[in-house]
Amino acid sequence: MEKRDFHIIAETGIHARPATLLVQTASKFNSDINLEYKGKSVNLKSIMGVMSLGVGQGADVTISAEGSDEADAINAIQETMKKEGLCD
Amino acid sequence: MTKTLKGIAASDGVAIAKAYLLVQPDLSFSKSAVDDVNKETDRLQNAIDKSNSELQQIRDIAAKSLGEEEAQVFDAHMMILADPEFTGAVKQKIEEEKVNAESALDEVSTNFIKMFEAMTDNPYMQERAADVRDVTKRIMAHLLGVTLPNPALINEEVIIVAHDLTPSDTAQLNKKYVKAFVTDIGGRTAHSAIMARSLEIPAIVGTDTVTKDIKEGQKVIVDGNTGDIVVDPTTADVEKYQSLAKEYAAQKAEWAKLRNEATVTADGKHFELAANIGTPKDLTGVLDNGAEAIGLYRTEFLYMDSAELPTEDDQFEAYKAVIEGMNGKPVVVRTMDIGGDKHLPYLPLPEEMNPFLGYRAIRISLDRQDIFRTQLRALLRASAFGHLRIMFPMIATLQEFRQAKAILLEEEEKLVAAGVKVGKFEVGIMIEIPAAAVLADQFAKEVDFFSIGTNDLIQYSMAADRGNEHVSYLYQPYNPSILRLVKHVIESAHKEGKWAGMCGEAAGDPIMVPLLVGLGLDEFSMSATSVLKVRSLMKRLDTKEMAKLAEKAVTESLTNDDNIKLVKDNVK
Repeated sequence: MEKRDFHIIAETGIHARPATLLVQTASKFNSDINLEYKGKSVNLKSIMGVMSLGVGQGADVTISAEGSDEADAINAIQETMKKEGLCD
Repeated sequence: MTKTLKGIAASDGVAIAKAYLLVQPDLSFSKSAVDDVNKETDRLQNAIDKSNSELQQIRDIAAKSLGEEEAQVFDAHMMILADPEFTGAVKQKIEEEKVNAESALDEVSTNFIKMFEAMTDNPYMQERAADVRDVTKRIMAHLLGVTLPNPALINEEVIIVAHDLTPSDTAQLNKKYVKAFVTDIGGRTAHSAIMARSLEIPAIVGTDTVTKDIKEGQKVIVDGNTGDIVVDPTTADVEKYQSLAKEYAAQKAEWAKLRNEATVTADGKHFELAANIGTPKDLTGVLDNGAEAIGLYRTEFLYMDSAELPTEDDQFEAYKAVIEGMNGKPVVVRTMDIGGDKHLPYLPLPEEMNPFLGYRAIRISLDRQDIFRTQLRALLRASAFGHLRIMFPMIATLQEFRQAKAILLEEEEKLVAAGVKVGKFEVGIMIEIPAAAVLADQFAKEVDFFSIGTNDLIQYSMAADRGNEHVSYLYQPYNPSILRLVKHVIESAHKEGKWAGMCGEAAGDPIMVPLLVGLGLDEFSMSATSVLKVRSLMKRLDTKEMAKLAEKAVTESLTNDDNIKLVKDNVK
């Protein structure tokens, strides 16, 4: 299992467009991918799950992936997060 | 069999085309237990697959005909359809509780909708509730084997037949193929009617039963001038209406010649003909129709088309575009008129028994001064780019006006002190509350202008909800009671050297215009598409004769109908 922590710097947090892109990226991989925030974990392949967390600016989240392509998945997600200005 | 139906003529023109029924099918179901769980989940998957390919198809067509932005809503729908937490949860419910797919879908989707709607601090998420609802409807339709209308897929000329049309319905219509609207409910001020006039296609509203009387694909004639609908017309009918359509087109061409002419009556008096707009995009229509001013810029669309309160800069850009685009011609900007039937997802308003009599327009602005001051600063900054007239809506008392004006002047002073350029501007009020109309003589000493909003003035004077079809007979713009109020407002303005305009539906109405000319109204503001028609009408009017006519209308006539007859008999 691959795990990585992120500190969200985007003013609007993970909502609308960035959430959509994160889900799209996660859905490309076979691994089970989860987003954890404030002790609650949701499927990162689920737009409704991700948005229901209401991750705002300054939040600390953990993303974990488990499966054959877990390392690639985490890297791709980190890249999307950076590109969307969600984290440094 | 040919049959004729009748409704309220809401937008001029004649159209002949096939009917397209934009009607929601019956999606009711009953909950039941299932034995074969696999068969039930297969049914669900089948409905999901069908929904997905349908959405893909709609998305592609919508992207081509409506543009990428309009198409994105269908991307969001497909994403929800593919969401394991949503459709996965439905499947799980079927397996665990052994219930039919319809009830599992309904329960899961209701939970999500409730959750999203509860996020009142996050307007974006609240809007997602609508997406979940739409997707659920589509899957449900496939489960039940009924067809949903897909207006985005229309690819031939049609007449839209609907119970009512909402802004989200019309957003999905390819305007190229829509030849007319016909609806069960609504009046001349319904969204469908206003939309039709801006598209310059005929519309008939308030037919009560048209969605039952017309079948999908039937040939229909719509005469938006008279309110007549002919279903399954004979060849003779078609010929008759084709020639009427030709006549109407010829008349419009005749009106078009007046585009660059001044608005003068037969005896050479000038009146200002202005247009109502909702967004800077409407400016093209204003200039194409030769309007001399903007008599009402409804700024609430800036707030309604946004996911959060529009910033000062966003507002400034919009106001500047309109003011600059009018090239020195006057622009009346009405400050935010939210409340009543207009709501903002990000500004929750209290639930009210009578929203039209409640927390609305200037009442919100004076209470939420943060919002009001932002708007006023944007307006003051834009005033440097042309001729601005600021108008406060729903003023009932002098105190309200004084308070609003004081806030405006405070913001002006602050901007000037900060070195920001502020131009000259006028400050006026909308007359739509009878109390303000009655006290117009006092108001006239303090305001620069009045603009009479007839729809609300009539609704409040008659105590008749303008959206309620059971009392729509009380919409009586020509009733002597209303005309007396209008007369008092105009005379009060003139006594103090101020001007009075009208920005409601009535200002472009062929029966009302002769009376208003007679009463000495200075400015007439209407849908841009009515401007040339009214200019052509005014050319035939003599102000002295109209003054006599108006005097009769106010002092001798007893009813609305008396005055319709009076004008029809005397103005040809």
